[in-house]
Amino acid sequence: MTATDDFLDALDDLDVSHDRTTLDGLSATLAAAVDDPAVGVPLHVDATLPDSVATTFTPGELQDAATGVTPARLGIAEYGSVVIRSSAGGDEPLSLYPERHVAVLDAADVVATGRDAVDWLASEVAAGRGSHVFATGASATADMGGLVEGVHGPNEVHVVLVEADTA
Amino acid sequence: MSSERKEKAAHIRHLLDTEGPLIGEKVRGKNRDRYAAAERFEAWDDSRDEARAIKEAAIADLPDLVEQLRESVEANGGTVYVADDAADANRYVTELCEEQGAETLVKSKSMTTEELELNDALAAAGVDTYETDLGEFVVQLAEESPSHIVGPALHKSREEIADLLNATFEPDEPLETAEEMTRFARDYLGERIREADVGVTGANFVFAESGSMALVTNEGNARKCAVTPDTHVAVTGIEKILPSVDDFGPFVDLISKAATGQDISRYVSLFTPPTASPTLDFESDEPIEFGDAAAESDDPDDDRAFHLVLVDNGRTELREDDQLRETLYCIRCGACSNSCANFQAVGGHGFGGETYSGGIATGWEAGVHGMESAGEFNDLCTGCSRCVDACPVKIDIPWINTVVRDRLNRDADPDTFDHLVDGLSPDEEPSGLALDKRLFGNFERLAKLGSATAPVSNWLADAGPARAVMERFLGVDRRRDLPRFRRETLVDWFDDRGPRVAADDAAREAVLYPDAYTNYVLVDRGKAAVRALEALDVRVHVPRVRSSGRAPLSQGMISTAEDHAHHVYAGLAEHIDAGRDVVVVEPSALAMFEREYERLLAPKSADRLADASYEVMEYVYGLLENGGSPDALGHPPEAVAYHSHCQGRTLDLEPYTVAVLEACGATVRTSDVECCGMAGSFGYKETYYELSMDVGEELADQFAGEPVVAASGTSCQEQLDALLGGEVPHAVELIAP
Repeated sequence: MTATDDFLDALDDLDVSHDRTTLDGLSATLAAAVDDPAVGVPLHVDATLPDSVATTFTPGELQDAATGVTPARLGIAEYGSVVIRSSAGGDEPLSLYPERHVAVLDAADVVATGRDAVDWLASEVAAGRGSHVFATGASATADMGGLVEGVHGPNEVHVVLVEADTA
Repeated sequence: MSSERKEKAAHIRHLLDTEGPLIGEKVRGKNRDRYAAAERFEAWDDSRDEARAIKEAAIADLPDLVEQLRESVEANGGTVYVADDAADANRYVTELCEEQGAETLVKSKSMTTEELELNDALAAAGVDTYETDLGEFVVQLAEESPSHIVGPALHKSREEIADLLNATFEPDEPLETAEEMTRFARDYLGERIREADVGVTGANFVFAESGSMALVTNEGNARKCAVTPDTHVAVTGIEKILPSVDDFGPFVDLISKAATGQDISRYVSLFTPPTASPTLDFESDEPIEFGDAAAESDDPDDDRAFHLVLVDNGRTELREDDQLRETLYCIRCGACSNSCANFQAVGGHGFGGETYSGGIATGWEAGVHGMESAGEFNDLCTGCSRCVDACPVKIDIPWINTVVRDRLNRDADPDTFDHLVDGLSPDEEPSGLALDKRLFGNFERLAKLGSATAPVSNWLADAGPARAVMERFLGVDRRRDLPRFRRETLVDWFDDRGPRVAADDAAREAVLYPDAYTNYVLVDRGKAAVRALEALDVRVHVPRVRSSGRAPLSQGMISTAEDHAHHVYAGLAEHIDAGRDVVVVEPSALAMFEREYERLLAPKSADRLADASYEVMEYVYGLLENGGSPDALGHPPEAVAYHSHCQGRTLDLEPYTVAVLEACGATVRTSDVECCGMAGSFGYKETYYELSMDVGEELADQFAGEPVVAASGTSCQEQLDALLGGEVPHAVELIAP
């Protein structure tokens, strides 16, 4: 089993759906993966967001967006977590406010364990990128007498895994 | 019954009928999930050791870490305020709100702000405060206090929450399902978050080197509170500081597994505030444009302000307290609550003080609110030690409870009725110690007297008037059967009989330790142990040695327990030197040797005794593994239901009993309750009798209809006798020839 396989298994366990694609296919894959209206942060990989994903919007439009598309800087195979950075680009609110969060993850950025992720986190902090969240599945609560997903955060998470084009 | 005891018993009875069943179901579930999560995670024990070592070092370096943290946060553009006490912290936050003209404030869950009663201070300052964690929101609406440090509203049923929301908000369509209520609360609180001027969070961990902080949540509200308003105030205890993010690993491994049995919580967030996330003014129609340059920048947003309020409020004193310092290693996961049989029965409104609840709360309450608050519930810790295995940072929570009990005993006023038990009590404790504690703490003396005068003592003790007097003055519940003292003690029996394996024929030599229960009350299990060992060619000795000190220790009588420990060690040391193993029938006595004696004896002595000591079934297991034949033993019944003693569980003894019974041909079913509820003297006490029986019901349900039930502890045997009727033997009685 590779870290990617473990990661995808962990996503299944969390009921997090996913697509596997390449850089060339990314824009089309995202176009199919978002619910409208969608907002997004420009990607960290060499591809552009589809036209249906707005990168300029008012806070009100963010609040009303059905989908937020953001980079995921790391994937953690042990937990099925995606790591979202709090950059000036708004990754954090875009991953939190819309009902559906679509995270774009480079397959090369999947690490095996939580410890690997903390090591990476420590190096990011040292490099001046000090705010990240390990997000694992949808937001959830059992405080109202039964487990419900989608509390203050998204109730659907979808991961788009970008793999090297081996063709 | 004294009025104080009566009041306490009534309060407990009320909780057993109301909140207890709701909480019990939920925390038992979390407890089971914790076991499963720990089982799935290979490095569980290694991570606990690492986390413990990191916390020990961090608390030792705390003053330096506070200063380092201050410099880091200030270098990042934030502000640090170290508050001496609750009033100081509240003043800082309310003044900050005033300066900013803040009208509304949103909070994510923080027990530290509960400790400060920050919400009251904010209300007095005219700031509208909204709790956004849904459990905390429910508790705020109900004007109640959290019943669990992780799940504040666990004591509320879905129906109660629905009634509360419907009465408060009068929605067009009444709310009913968890889904509907969650959606409603999300929308309502979402608006509050978007319009709030200030966001207050706690912090699970703070990192000195970089000025970062971590929050561990499932709902996403903490992140929204931290980043949506322009001003973020994090309020946390000084003990939360770790040196650097490099130290975070073991805590990420452990905290969610210990708290809820999740491998990891939904959101583990690291902030190094003020963060780069853009501030959002939801009333503005100005579009935000995110170019590529912005997307890759991590410079703090200019509009953001960050204040870190580090709360001392008694923590520096706790740090200087050699006995209670460990409290500060606590990461507030609630595993000690979830693993506690008494907590499962009454919840945090019974097993808790002003703010904190569960086993570790005794340390927290003693530290931050004082002994009176700790004293309200300290008795509910029976020392069963199941939390010791549960705690991710390996805090000896029973010891903290024992120390606080000891201190409470010493502060107590001398009682008018001391003379009643003074004759019985050659202890090392101050006068003024509660009579029931003195009685139970001196069990050995009582047993000796009772045995010397048996059976008359038993008749007298059973007589109605005697029970009434005992109940009234000593708090011994008359519904509970008293121990039946035996005229012939185990030691006397063995003295007359002598060893049956000649020294020359012996495979090994062992001392069978005559704990007070085996010696004076449950003598048959002692005789069975002797026969079982002899059948496997062990030459047995049963010397006259004092009781282990478990009884006084459980009453918080540490000096008396220490006195016992010295005598026991003196009585056994020469046997150990002679190459004899020490075999113990009573698990609570063995737990003294293995766990508590390291605090009562010189380290070398404690190690020597612990290394030489074995539980009787563990020892039999070892003999069988080394060539002994099960054929030499007796034949147990075909099916045995076995309940392992709580402290025996903590010492991992259960597998030995199961293996031996199986080797002798039985099929064994085990219970999975943490404790039978009897816990030594606990179940005898009038105040706690009903709680004890309630806890026991869980076990009785598991074993209903079982033809043969065995147990290993005296208390468990007595409790199961009471619950199931009939005599419940020790497992060794089932395999002795």
